[in-house]
Amino acid sequence: MKTRSRLFSGAMCALLMASSLAVLPVQAADGGLKSLRGAEIQAPETESTDPFKGTKDSAPIERNYLQQPPVIPHKVDGYNITRNFNKCMDCHAWNRYKESGATKVSLTHFKTRDGQELSNISPRRYFCMQCHVPQADAKPLVANKFKPADGIK
Amino acid sequence: MAQEDKKSASVVGRMRGWVKGLGLLGALGLFVAGILFWGGFNTAMEWTNREAFCISCHEMQENVYVEYRNTVHYSNRSGVRATCPDCHVPKEWGPKMWRKIQASNEVLHKILGSIDTPEKFNAKRLELAKHEWDRMKATDSRECRNCHNFESFDYGVQGRRSANMHQTGLNEGKTCIDCHKGIAHSLPEVNQAIGSANEEGATAKEFHPPTPAKEEAAAK
Repeated sequence: MKTRSRLFSGAMCALLMASSLAVLPVQAADGGLKSLRGAEIQAPETESTDPFKGTKDSAPIERNYLQQPPVIPHKVDGYNITRNFNKCMDCHAWNRYKESGATKVSLTHFKTRDGQELSNISPRRYFCMQCHVPQADAKPLVANKFKPADGIK
Repeated sequence: MAQEDKKSASVVGRMRGWVKGLGLLGALGLFVAGILFWGGFNTAMEWTNREAFCISCHEMQENVYVEYRNTVHYSNRSGVRATCPDCHVPKEWGPKMWRKIQASNEVLHKILGSIDTPEKFNAKRLELAKHEWDRMKATDSRECRNCHNFESFDYGVQGRRSANMHQTGLNEGKTCIDCHKGIAHSLPEVNQAIGSANEEGATAKEFHPPTPAKEEAAAK
């Protein structure tokens, strides 16, 4: 009798171990983690999915063509350009860039429409973000085969 | 020593005589009245140190308050706010009293209606802003530093640009307001030498005050 009961419990043990072994690979496949109610916990990233929101400082993206206004490699939240004050020019003007360590405004911006040279940027170039925009990893809206010109590669 | 003891003894003696003359109850009554007066004074003054009090006059409500509502000191990720008195009224008792006495001039101009329309306010904005810039500069931006202690800055967490600028600026002896102007309210006109715009505005020297080290270098 004793040996029989021992055999029986041994068999049960083996069965349990085998069943746990059988389950293990499945658990490994989904990371072995489940919520208390059995839902998958591998939810998509909760970070903002809007690529244009709060783009952080990053290395400047190369220009795609010669005349392209370079993109802005930093956040511009709250950087207002008003009639009283131009926030961009507070760092990028020629009399400010050394102290701020910013890129200075291109000389092409110092001309009036009639070609007259000025000592600072021309008022017609006042609204920087009409041409320069903060950079973002944006997918092309329309599929295209555009390639940068050889000259600027 | 002995003389000092005598002196203090005579002071105590005089106090005793004074209490005797008043009667113990009278002296206690004066003491309590003092507490009540001080408490009342303090409560009344703190009542004027609230945002609701500041914007109870439309000059503040319609101009500077509206601008401030778009800034990080009003609304932010964690909900910690700096309200009007946090920046504009000193925390220490002496400077606070002095600022409150100065504020009686603001009451006068409220009665005179000096800035009672947005047009009038904007016409005076440069002058008013300069007052605040000067006040901040004179106290090494004390009200900023009530919260922002630059000795606790973690430059590793700050952005590349801000870590750079903070370290060079603070080493040159700059203070917060030297760079951080117009962070809570719209700026007045600033002369940035772009065309003939804002030629009457704040000059480069006013807007970016040179540090002593830089002035020396320029003199050479």
